[in-house]
Amino acid sequence: MTSSTYRSPVNDDPTLDISLVVNGRPVEASVSPRLLLSDFLRHHLGLTGTHVGCEHGVCGACTVHIDGRAARSCLTLAVQLDGATVRTVEDLEGPDGSLSPVQAAFRDCHGLQCGFCTPGFLMSVTALLDEDPDVADASDAEIRERIAGNLCRCTGYQGIVAATRQAAETLRDAKEQADGTTQG
Amino acid sequence: MARPKAEQPEQSAPPMVHTGARVRRNEDPRLLRGRGRYVDDIPLEGCVHGAFLRSTVARGRIVALDTTEAEQLPGVLAVYTCENIGGLDREMPLLIPHPCISHGRTQRPLARDDVYYVGQAIAFVVAVDRYVAEDAVSRISVDIEPLPVEVDMERAVDDGAPLVHPDVPGNIAAALVQNCGDADAAFARAEHRTKIRVQVDRSTGAPMECLATAARWDPVSGELVVWDGTQAPIGLRGALASLFELDEDKVRVIAPDVGGGFGPKIHFPYANEVLVPLAAMELGRPVKYIEDRSENFVHMSHERTQIHEIELAATKDGEVIGLRDVFLHDTGAFIPYGIAVAQVASTAIAGPYRIPNIEVEFRCVYTPTVPVTPYRGCGRPQANFALERAMDQLAEELGLDRFEIRRRNLIADDEFPYKREGLIFADGLPVTYDSGQYGAALALLEEELDLPAFRAEQEQARAEGRWLGLGLSFYVEGTGLGPYEGGRVRIHPITGKVYVNTGLTTQGQGHATSMAQLVADQLGVAVDDVIVVEGDTGVFDWGVATFASRAMVVSGSAIHKAAVKARERVLEIAANMLEVDQADIVLENGAATVRGTGTSVPLAAIATVSNPLRYAFNDAAQIATQFAPANKGDGPPLPEESRPGIQTEEYYSPPHATWAYGVHAAIVEVDPVSYDLQVKRYVIVHDCGKMINPMIVEGQIAGGVASGMGGAFYEKLEYEANGNLRNASFMEFLMPYATEVPHMEMHHLETPTPLNPIGAKGAGEAGTIPVAAVIASGIQDALAPEGIGPLWHVPLNPSVLHDAVREARSR
Amino acid sequence: MKPSRFEYVLPRSIEEAVAARVEHADTVVLSGGQSLVPTLNFRLSNPEAVIDLRLVPGLDDVRVEGEWIHVGGRTRQRDLELDDAVHAANPLIRETLHHVAHPVIRNRGTVGGSIAHADPSAELPCLLLCLDGEVVAHGPSGARTIDAQDLFEFILSTTLEPDEILTEVRFPVLPERTGWCFTEFARRHGDFALAGVAATLTLADDGTIAWGQLAACGVTTTPVRLVAVEDALLDDAADPSRFREIAALAADVVTVPDDESCSSAYRRDLLVGLVERALRTSWQRATERATARTSREVTS
Repeated sequence: MTSSTYRSPVNDDPTLDISLVVNGRPVEASVSPRLLLSDFLRHHLGLTGTHVGCEHGVCGACTVHIDGRAARSCLTLAVQLDGATVRTVEDLEGPDGSLSPVQAAFRDCHGLQCGFCTPGFLMSVTALLDEDPDVADASDAEIRERIAGNLCRCTGYQGIVAATRQAAETLRDAKEQADGTTQG
Repeated sequence: MARPKAEQPEQSAPPMVHTGARVRRNEDPRLLRGRGRYVDDIPLEGCVHGAFLRSTVARGRIVALDTTEAEQLPGVLAVYTCENIGGLDREMPLLIPHPCISHGRTQRPLARDDVYYVGQAIAFVVAVDRYVAEDAVSRISVDIEPLPVEVDMERAVDDGAPLVHPDVPGNIAAALVQNCGDADAAFARAEHRTKIRVQVDRSTGAPMECLATAARWDPVSGELVVWDGTQAPIGLRGALASLFELDEDKVRVIAPDVGGGFGPKIHFPYANEVLVPLAAMELGRPVKYIEDRSENFVHMSHERTQIHEIELAATKDGEVIGLRDVFLHDTGAFIPYGIAVAQVASTAIAGPYRIPNIEVEFRCVYTPTVPVTPYRGCGRPQANFALERAMDQLAEELGLDRFEIRRRNLIADDEFPYKREGLIFADGLPVTYDSGQYGAALALLEEELDLPAFRAEQEQARAEGRWLGLGLSFYVEGTGLGPYEGGRVRIHPITGKVYVNTGLTTQGQGHATSMAQLVADQLGVAVDDVIVVEGDTGVFDWGVATFASRAMVVSGSAIHKAAVKARERVLEIAANMLEVDQADIVLENGAATVRGTGTSVPLAAIATVSNPLRYAFNDAAQIATQFAPANKGDGPPLPEESRPGIQTEEYYSPPHATWAYGVHAAIVEVDPVSYDLQVKRYVIVHDCGKMINPMIVEGQIAGGVASGMGGAFYEKLEYEANGNLRNASFMEFLMPYATEVPHMEMHHLETPTPLNPIGAKGAGEAGTIPVAAVIASGIQDALAPEGIGPLWHVPLNPSVLHDAVREARSR
Repeated sequence: MKPSRFEYVLPRSIEEAVAARVEHADTVVLSGGQSLVPTLNFRLSNPEAVIDLRLVPGLDDVRVEGEWIHVGGRTRQRDLELDDAVHAANPLIRETLHHVAHPVIRNRGTVGGSIAHADPSAELPCLLLCLDGEVVAHGPSGARTIDAQDLFEFILSTTLEPDEILTEVRFPVLPERTGWCFTEFARRHGDFALAGVAATLTLADDGTIAWGQLAACGVTTTPVRLVAVEDALLDDAADPSRFREIAALAADVVTVPDDESCSSAYRRDLLVGLVERALRTSWQRATERATARTSREVTS
């Protein structure tokens, strides 16, 4: 795959070259050291699905995956990402364009309203379920603890809690089915 | 032979397949894939970015302002102050004038001479990007001489208190007394009186997307396009057209996806809403301003601070015969939205209770703080807190159960419509409750709570020294205010898809789904084949805005009316095409089908035929051209007084507000070490009339309760004595995470309103209104064994509870 | 909320990093960035240079050696939390980390970063102080070790020199017959605590309390050892029946003044309640560990 090259427009700041992989695609860029990863993704790569809600790490709207783990893109400088792998909400859907189990669960359970916090929640919950498939059996209070760290002003979280559980169940069922097939 | 009309089954309403169903949202697939289009997502070639210099002083005089160094910074395109913005250097409009506003003051986009609150905009920088714009802001030198301030609203009205505006005596912007019945007489014959003083503190809507404006000026067409995170694009378009002296036609305001509104995104124009367009026109390039979170706390409007002294006159049996309420309302440094918040509070003050004699008086007070405009609830949470805490107090003084005292005073089902003559609501009309089953709602709540079981559990808990309590609150909400909204329905001749337009905006309420459900049922199409486009004055520019829980009531009714008309037109044309009676036609699956046969014609073809064509631009179009068999006839292709295509437009203007209501209860426990609150159950009975999409209604309620939890126990904007806002960040303004919001059990009643054709009442703000009273009532009950004093001030917090218990124990 | 301009330094060795510290008048060290970047975004900090440690080798090694757990300064909090060997060596570490913000923050936040940041409300400095841990700092004249007792000076201030960099954090392995507890109260899940307590309690062979180590966060200008409580635990008569009165001795360390949403009276009582809770939990765990050990010895 060919890589893309971007140049930071942050005025006449000196720039540094970085190369990273974003959503499976190699990216070469020349960025100002002070450029936040959130701005780099949104304004340089056009990946505007990652939203900026507070720029001090509390709201979680800007959550992406860095090297497989959920992280706040507003608390990360783009230059820190040289050699890293980044995944954003735009990469969640399946190769056929279908919604991922987490995305589908958010729709089924009315886990979003205005949609602004949603990409951050999707990335946090996706990482959570990757790490811990047992969330399906967790209590309501436990799920709430696991998704605390992302703010939503619209939903009152009820739909998000339900969506997290539904997605966990879907993923577990899929895994059990796959395991069963393998064993059979 | 024509059959008598009454026998034509198709003349009656079609089956409601989608309306009332839990339909998944049309807008979600896009938002879930990260393909939302919020203002900052809109790619504008060559766009430059704005940032504000804001006052760090509450009240002061600008003695020096030097922008030279900022202007010289490479990458800076312009620095605006009040001196170089021409005609914009004027006080912005007072949006809702009311005769009782004796001293209305509004602010200028950029401060001239004086500053009035921390956060007020002084200068606006435009630079190649936001980083450089902020660099430039830090290079502006400003010298502000501080003046004395009084941020405490009660002291601000005292003689000799520092004045926010030197020519406004007593800092009083407006004062109003309203009367219903004869309160004096009621108090004279009362057997018991209860008077309490309650306070609700300041908060903010805190939408996840802060304010945002982008503008592009096209010098060729002379058109100004403004993308704005607003709830009121049509109103903003009017403001911009008049401020810039442009034809309304040449100003297009688009509210694209908006990341939450909750009220404050309707205080137009904010400084950015005029300066971004100005810069775009002057610089000849697109300009964006994306407010950041630290600015949002000191720039976007706040709400909530009110202090009520409420008094109830009752019989010894607990029948409340009179109510007096005198309250102060903090309007911040300016009053751009008029008295709306105070007026709504004052007219909601008697809630669901009969209380025939009311006197309510308020004063709106200027303080050197961020201006106040409505935030989800708009005065109702304060009024409800005052009333419901007073009802609890009355119950206690009379030795009555809190449920019982409410039961004795609720308006009975057969008393509707129930009018409060003399109380004029925010729509300029007397308060008239249209319908409800208040008693049934309370009974349902009691049943769901299983009160006997709770009493036993509470007794057990108290024996163990645990603090377990139950709180409840009723509430009413006047929703769906006028003046009007419109709806346009149009069937696309190529795809057969249905396009719907209205003048509203959506900030997450799901209009693209619920409005589509109404139309889908009329036209027999799938919900996702109905495409709702709103929030764009270039598409539909008759209407008002999204506020006051009015979208479904007012726009929904208008769209429904338009859909009914579109259905009539479809049936008429289809009957011709199929050569059968309309009564024999069923609209389903996107086609008109002859009942009991396989013969059908798709909506696309019906739409095509309805539009006389000259050119067969595709195969389908052939049937509408001049030599096609369908077009035989002598008259003109388009008969007199008809219009081409299937497109209808209708308007709905409510006779007055429609009143939703509900009752919430919580079982709470207070931790003996941390004094933290644990909500063990939160039970809701809610009635917003006919629910078009119960899933969306429940989402609205849940979101409302979450903000209500914030207002009850977490969220408080803390102004220091010097007017600095101490907690202007999400670290210190405690907006709840999922861990601070309880699971909610929801139960619905559906009492349709007689006021509109869909029977719906608003649902957007309801959840927020009762929560503070529920939580305070519950904690009061939990801590009753300690004999603590009353909890009449929210938000509560663990420290307050601790200190109350400590004080009670030391007595 | 965008950082102001700074020079970005990316040293390949600790010596280079220290040299950059010396060379620039005003530097900050970027480790995980979870506390630093907000201060840059708010422009509360406008340094001349930011020294990013990410390429300095060896800073994320974690190993348990003898009586010490060595944690490289750049170790992600989440990695330490998930490290089973560390958990086996001292379970108080994982319990404490569970209270540090949210998992997404711990994914990036580092152990050394949090300790060097020295927020008096933060959990990790409190943990280090409770356990009598130490840190290693590299400066122009090489490395030195600083005891936790000597590290924390004031709000966001340590005894690290401006040209030093914290490279390693050392936590002792939890002694035998010792119970532990970290407990705190924050207004929202994951927020900085209004008060928090880290505790260990070690039993003598006869099952009585030998000694306890306790530290608190959120109550004064630094994390603070609860010396009065520890002294009382040394008393021969100290036993769980007296935990309430012993915990009450903690109240005097509170110096945070009243503020609008938290009175100092409340904070004192909260701290006392948390200390009592920490003592009870530690006692219970110590007893369980002592019993388990005894039964293992009997079995073998």
